[in-house]
Order: sequence, then structure tokens, then C-alpha cells
Amino acid sequence: MSEIIDYTYILVLGGFLGFEVIRRVPPTLHTPLMSATNAISGISLVGSLVVAGKGHDTLSTILGTVAVTAATINVVGGFMITDRMLKMFKKLDKKGRS
Amino acid sequence: MTEHVLDLIYLASSVLFVFGLKGLSSPESARRGMNLAAVGMLFAVIGTLLRKEIITFEWIVIGLTAGSVIGALMAIFMPMTAMPQRIAISHAFGALAATLVGIAKYIEHGNDLGSGLMSAIGFEVFFGALTITGSFMAFCKLQELVKGAPITYKFQNVTNISLFIVTFAIFIYLIFDPTAQPLFYLMLGLSLAIGVLMVLPIGGADMPVIVSLLNSYAGLAASATGFAIDNKVLIICGALDGTSGFFLSILMSRAMNRSFANVLFGAVGAVRSDAAAQTGEAKTVVRYTAEDAAYILERAQSVIIVPGYGLAVAQAQHALQELANILMSHGATVRYAVHPVAGRMPGHMNVLLAEANVPYDLLLEMEEINEDFQNTDVALVIGANDVINPAARYKKDGPLYGMPILNVDQARTVMVVKRSLGAGFAGEDNELFYDKKTMMLFGDAKKMVMELVQTLKA
Repeated sequence: MSEIIDYTYILVLGGFLGFEVIRRVPPTLHTPLMSATNAISGISLVGSLVVAGKGHDTLSTILGTVAVTAATINVVGGFMITDRMLKMFKKLDKKGRS
Repeated sequence: MTEHVLDLIYLASSVLFVFGLKGLSSPESARRGMNLAAVGMLFAVIGTLLRKEIITFEWIVIGLTAGSVIGALMAIFMPMTAMPQRIAISHAFGALAATLVGIAKYIEHGNDLGSGLMSAIGFEVFFGALTITGSFMAFCKLQELVKGAPITYKFQNVTNISLFIVTFAIFIYLIFDPTAQPLFYLMLGLSLAIGVLMVLPIGGADMPVIVSLLNSYAGLAASATGFAIDNKVLIICGALDGTSGFFLSILMSRAMNRSFANVLFGAVGAVRSDAAAQTGEAKTVVRYTAEDAAYILERAQSVIIVPGYGLAVAQAQHALQELANILMSHGATVRYAVHPVAGRMPGHMNVLLAEANVPYDLLLEMEEINEDFQNTDVALVIGANDVINPAARYKKDGPLYGMPILNVDQARTVMVVKRSLGAGFAGEDNELFYDKKTMMLFGDAKKMVMELVQTLKA
């Protein structure tokens, strides 16, 4: 039970930290923000990897493998598409032309 | 590798993720930030692969390869207009991973689950499952695989809320009696159903809210996974994702003037059905041609462009930027006013314009630019309607009342490019279209903008 309390600490403080960081993201980057948090939440990959590689029983292994695939799509796809978007954001050059 | 070393690696990853999100506070630092976050992810994955519990790698390699290929292909070939769909489907993938891990954990522990672990797994599966189907439905609606319009029926809210309560009750029961296996799978099934039912009544214009909200749910499910598998980095990332989605859904609901309770229960869109019955008295609209508009634009000192989703539908972004460049070369100041719900998700319009090479410093938020309309020669509205409707300011019984709008009506001349006189999503007639200073330019946005470009060049 004490672990649950510890984890709740992490969750709550992490939430506040997240709020403070995300509040500073300008609206123009809100779509990249969503795809970035998406890529980062692909961290559930670390849980999926253990389930897929533990060799507990066939069903768990299958579930784990599907989970690994789904999480990897988010990680790889998420980081790539975020970068593709961020590359497009350009500043006005000195002549005032785009 | 010892547990402690792994924990330190996860800590390093968490720190890198926070730096990554911090980078997003400006477009200049954003790419570097995301690279740091990607390094953090790499650390976490390698660290995990070295865990001694992992004894077989064949399935892991299959999953990693398949996921990388699918993810990369989606990232490379997906058009930017499809961004909301992609985000929606990726929430489904994220929630799927969380849910499956939860189910596997439940199977593995069999009957010796403590109530602490069971509440984590239960929450994970409950929220995960409804996010899977909810996001998938949102994806189908955005991709137009199912009708985008709200699907409503009698007692919809009552049904949804009761279903939610029943599922929640099962969840609570399971905490006290984790051995009740059939109930666990019943909860899973009901949650999947709730996801579908929740998104059915949501219409296209409400998608920004629901997509953000599902982002938050996916984060919560990931956090719960962290509780269930003793993994702190998962809890932190879930918290970041959850607050981010929560924050964005508040912003979006504010921009659309919806109460937050309304959003939380997914009842958005339901209020709309009765609003469409607006009948316009015989008001007359003056049609103008591209030549008329070009004549005015050529002489304008200051122009504010107001893009709406219609612009993206017509794929007119590139033509529009060409027009902006011509106007700027005539010495006019040209800026874009972006309403928070101009696209189908938060910040969508900014990405679409960035793709069309519009520099981001020309894109201004509503608060930054609203005061400037009164000193502006021309407000050029393309494919937007509700976000400029003055009825939002005074018409107390109207569906738009209270929604923050762009003060387009204060500009000296208003030009509106629109396909027809049809009302916007909210079904409210727009009086601005009948105003004497408004020039209505009927036609496809792309064709009309290209005509303007041709005329100005000639």
C-alpha cells in the first residue's frame, strides 16, 4: 500500500510539473505538442516489452506483442511526425518576405 | 542490470522528456527539445531490454519491427490535413498498449491480486478500453468513414451516464473481489461500448475538444499502467500526457464557450440539434467578383486574413500565401488571425499554414490581434463562419452566445470567401454577410484566391 502512496506522489507532482511546462507552449505549437506527448506516452512500450518477453504463457505473449507493436507505432511515428511538423515552422526573414 | 541502475536510467529519460516538452515553448528550440526526448526514449527502451525478466526476444523484435514500419510509413506519407485523424488513432494505439498490458497482468496474477494492484489494473483497463474505441470512432468520423454529423437518439445521455455508473460499480466491486473474472471481462466489454457511445453525438466542429480529452484519457491509462507494473517513468509520462490533454481540452472548450462539465461527460454537440432551425428573412446579399475585391486589396495598407477550416478543405493555403506575398510586395502589412478552433484540433490551422510556408510570426492569436481589426483596411475571411459571427456577442438565446470571436466586423472592409450562404456548424445565420461593408465572394476558396492572385498580378 505504501507504494501506491509513493506513486500517487509522483503522479500528482508530475501532473503539476506537466501543467507548468505545457502552459508555456504557444498555441501555434499545440498540434506538435499533442503529437509530442503522444510519442512520449509511447513509453508504455517499456511495460509491453516485459510482457512480450517474459514468456509467461502464450496468451500473454501475444497480448504483449500486439502492445509492443501499438506502442512502437506511437513512439516511432510520433517522434517522426512531430519533427516533420516542427521543420515547417519558419520565421519571417529580414526582407519581410516569407 | 540491477533495479537501481534501471531506475536511474528511467529517471534520466523522464528528465529528458520534460526538457523535450520545455523546448516546445518556442518554435526555435522545439526540434532540439524533441531530439532530447527521443534520446530519452531510446535510453528507456534499451534499459528495459536489459532486464533479466526478459528471456525471449523473438516476439519483441517482431513487435518493434512491425510498429516501426507502420509508424514511419504513417509519419512520412500522411498529409498535414489528416493530422487530427492521426492523433486520434494514435490515442487508440496508446490506450491499446496500456489495456493489453493490464489484461496480461490480470491473467498473470490470477487470483492472488491485492486490492491496490487490482485498482490500478482496473482503472487502466476501464479508461484504456473506452479510449481505444472512443479514439477509433473519432478517427472514423474525422476520416469520414462514418457520418461526421452528430448521431443522437432519445435518452442518449441517460443511457451513457447509467452505463458509465454500472461499469464504475463493477470496477469498485473488482477491487474488493479481484477473483470475479467474468466481471473483469464484462467491465472490459462495457468500457469498449462506452467509448463508441461517447463519441457518437460529437459533431465535426466539436472534435478539437474530444480529441484533446481522449489525449488526456490515454495519459491517465498510461499512468495507471505505471502503478500496475511498478514503473515510475510510465507514471510521469502519463501525468504529462494527461495534464497536457486536460489543459488543451479546457482551452478548446473555452474557445467554443462550452462548460467543462459538458465536455467531461462527452455530451458536447448534443445541444446543437435544435439550433439549426434559423430562418433568414429575405435579406439580400451583394455578390462581388474577384476584380472588385482585387481593386480594394490593391489599395489596402493593412490586411488581416482570417482562415477557417473551409480553407483547409479547399486546399487553398498555398494560393493564399501567394496572395499574401503579392500584397506584402505592394507594401501592405499582412497578418493572419487564427481562432483557437479554426482547425479540427488545437493548433491545426497553424500547422497547415506553416506547411504553406507562412512564417509563424505572421500568425497571431485572437487576443493578440483582436484590437487591431478596427485599424485594418481589409479583413479577408476564408472558409470561416461561426468564429466571426457577431451574434455571439449579444444574441443571448443563440447557440453561439458567449463564444469569443474575432472582431472582423470592425475592419473597414470585410471580404468573405465562401461556397454558399449556408450557416456554420452552429446553425446560426451570420448578419455580417448582409452588412454594407461586407463583400461576399462566392466560390471555391482555392479558385477564388487564385483568381485574386491572377487579377492582382495582371
